[in-house]
Amino acid sequence: MKRLLSSTIFFAALLLVWHYLVLRKYWSQVLLPDPAAVWEYLKIVVADGTLLAAAEVTMRRLVTGYLIGVALGIPFGLLTARFRMMEDTVGVMALGLQTLPSVCWVPLALLWFGQSEGAMLFVVVMGSLWSIIISTDNGVRHVPPIYARAARTMGASQFVTWTRVILPASLPFVVSGMKQGWAFAWRSLMAAEIFVPILTGFGLGQLLQYGRDLHAMDQVIGVMLAIVLIGLLVDKLLFSPVERFLHRRWGTGRV
Amino acid sequence: MSVQEELQSARPAKLFIDRVTKHFLTRGGKVHALEDITLQINEGDFVCLVGPSGCGKSTLLNIIAGLEKPDAGQTLMDGKPVTQPGRDRMVMFQESALFPWLDVLDNVLFGLKFKPNLTSKERREVAEFYLRLVGLEEFAHANVHELSGGMKQRAALARALAPNPRVLLMDEPFAALDALTREQLYGDIQRIWAERKKTIVFVTHNVREAVCLGNRVVLFSPHPGRVREEFTVDLPHPRDINSVELAGHASRITRALSGYVEEPGKEFGAE
Repeated sequence: MKRLLSSTIFFAALLLVWHYLVLRKYWSQVLLPDPAAVWEYLKIVVADGTLLAAAEVTMRRLVTGYLIGVALGIPFGLLTARFRMMEDTVGVMALGLQTLPSVCWVPLALLWFGQSEGAMLFVVVMGSLWSIIISTDNGVRHVPPIYARAARTMGASQFVTWTRVILPASLPFVVSGMKQGWAFAWRSLMAAEIFVPILTGFGLGQLLQYGRDLHAMDQVIGVMLAIVLIGLLVDKLLFSPVERFLHRRWGTGRV
Repeated sequence: MSVQEELQSARPAKLFIDRVTKHFLTRGGKVHALEDITLQINEGDFVCLVGPSGCGKSTLLNIIAGLEKPDAGQTLMDGKPVTQPGRDRMVMFQESALFPWLDVLDNVLFGLKFKPNLTSKERREVAEFYLRLVGLEEFAHANVHELSGGMKQRAALARALAPNPRVLLMDEPFAALDALTREQLYGDIQRIWAERKKTIVFVTHNVREAVCLGNRVVLFSPHPGRVREEFTVDLPHPRDINSVELAGHASRITRALSGYVEEPGKEFGAE
């Protein structure tokens, strides 16, 4: 209850600062609309279904690309940690490409895949994959070797040792990597949607870009808020429970 | 196989360590961890390997476990050479090595998962039996980090016993515990050895602990690791670590031991 209260006061204060900036007329109302105007915009797009439809398109791309990133990233992370050869090849590539903002892939993706869902997916996968590989690899390297030894004495095969011991033991790292991968996937997809007006679906990024084209800053800010809200919701509903579980089991977290 | 059959103690095994030698390469050069070790361990023996650090006693335990390979020689279990780890030789380490992502019961179940011919209900019964044996039945669903050091080692003991091994290998399992907890565990391990009839190889650098538990105490000397001397302890079980008789045996062994931990310069000297 106390936590809810402090959150409420904080965000109310932010809104007040925003409102105050509008009243000061430092920027024209066209450039910085009042919170009330953004609220009006959001009410309209929620009512006519535009926002929901755009969010659905975006989420579909995001989830698909992200799941591909996870499905490739975790096995590759295990492989780079296990085999020196993989570490020197895929591992180095992952380290390098992780530093590359995935918006850099947008021009190439457009040329390779055209204005299609494929281009979107490619950019999202490029955004999330590398950080998931790196944190899985890092997680495996932090597993105390005694776990694997103990498992071997209990008759676990190599495969079982990796799937039932080393992978769960590195879970805290893997999950934080997945969280980071999710954040990167969002960034990549928004960049891609803003840059690529495609014909197969109209996502949140495109809605934001339309707002910019129409000089409708209430729309731009409204969509930004929607993106933030979805991000928060996913974190609270998906990642937080998993992290809480890990903290409870491992006895880590709050001191 | 029924649970009743499964819970019957497996016949303890006989071990023969046959001229085992093991070197390690370090930055400082070649380290002779074990030099030509020969040791006969009979069915149901409780053998304590004692020696200063660096005498290779833990390495020998790992070789018996099949976790490490000797450079020369071999270990025979009932006449068959040991080539890899197996459920017939379970290991208990100094750190409990319990898996933090599983609760206590699931940790004990882990080793049973790979045992064929048991339904999951039977595995559970077996695991619960061993948790009762070590007095942890109330803590079946506790997380590992919630257990005290002594409880962790009890859980590790239950996990090691659950697959019904014929040999139990213990690598300084009580070294990190406080004295009171350790004394309780001495009682438990003697009781379990009597009830479950295992062959136990127990590594320690604590002479009193060795005398309290083992019917044989094998003294190692370091650089290179060799068997120096062997003692038989024929006091009746259960033994109390604080008893006078036990102290007498311990001081006899300590005297023998102090013969080669003194003057380390002579032994470690640069070549």
